[in-house]
Amino acid sequence: MRLTPLETLGIILTVAAGTQITRWLPFWLFPENKKPPAWVTDLGKVLPAATMGLLVVYCLKGVAWTVPPHGAAELLAILAVAALHRWKGNVLLSIAGGTALYMVLVQCVFA
Amino acid sequence: MERTERLRSALRAAFPVTVPVLTGYVCLGVAYGVLMAANGYGPLWSVLMSAVGFCGSMQYAVIPLLAAGFEPLQAFLLTLMVNARHILYGLSMLERYKGLGWARFPLIYTLSDETFSLVSTLDPPEGVARRDFFLCVSLLDYGYWVTGTTLGGLLGSVLTFNTAGLDFALTALFVVLFLEQWKERERRPAGITGIACAAVSLAVFGADNLVIPAMIMILAILLGGRKLTCA
Repeated sequence: MRLTPLETLGIILTVAAGTQITRWLPFWLFPENKKPPAWVTDLGKVLPAATMGLLVVYCLKGVAWTVPPHGAAELLAILAVAALHRWKGNVLLSIAGGTALYMVLVQCVFA
Repeated sequence: MERTERLRSALRAAFPVTVPVLTGYVCLGVAYGVLMAANGYGPLWSVLMSAVGFCGSMQYAVIPLLAAGFEPLQAFLLTLMVNARHILYGLSMLERYKGLGWARFPLIYTLSDETFSLVSTLDPPEGVARRDFFLCVSLLDYGYWVTGTTLGGLLGSVLTFNTAGLDFALTALFVVLFLEQWKERERRPAGITGIACAAVSLAVFGADNLVIPAMIMILAILLGGRKLTCA
């Protein structure tokens, strides 16, 4: 522990404050009792899809595409998730199946 | 009595959809607790950070700062940059979190990546109030993270089960929720925009700086596209 308890508490509160600013900002800018401009409402409808795409890529940012196995474990597991989801449409099954396959791949196949 | 029954049915609806978050958060939370302990910060500190800060990847990012020295300004700026993506979540949730009264405080306070992905995509089943459903999802997720951190801080290196790859549950969760969004035809261009902008940003700016350029590109393209379709 490099920092004193008081300094550590300070960092924790700083990080919490920064995080909460980013979470509350849109709600402060566009309060409930005022009708937000049309572009904000329109954006709110399509942003979740775009953000989910961003989050998928964000999760894969650490993958080394240029060296073997070229992200094969990630790609195969994602394909499995998509196939399972297409087949059964069960959120839990798709996630559990994909994760189990990924664990086998990184622990046994590409280890 | 009626109130408990109402909450119970909300919990019954919310719990199954949070199970992927449960696995992901417990793994990542345990890993966080272990990592903090390795840097000399015991369970009290990691749990306090998880409970008050509740910001997943940012908590990992701040460990090097905790190990280096007291740099509050740097910690603050880093937090704003890493968590800037939350602004997109708030913008998306303005409508859905409307008129929920006091519940907005815990809902917005705990609006993490995973919670956002669930509350922005899923609707409560018939008979369950939106507020109760959103609250149960958010508070369950929050509980998983804090519990995971506590376990990690306490157990430390006692764990022997090979958990390598278990955190893929979160990637899989985002993939599934992307596919759920994909079901609506008119949302597909936005989904493609999200992936393309993030991929371009990753290639150009690298893994550590991908979020903000990607966000700016996404906002620019979606707003530009809206102008085209309205004109």
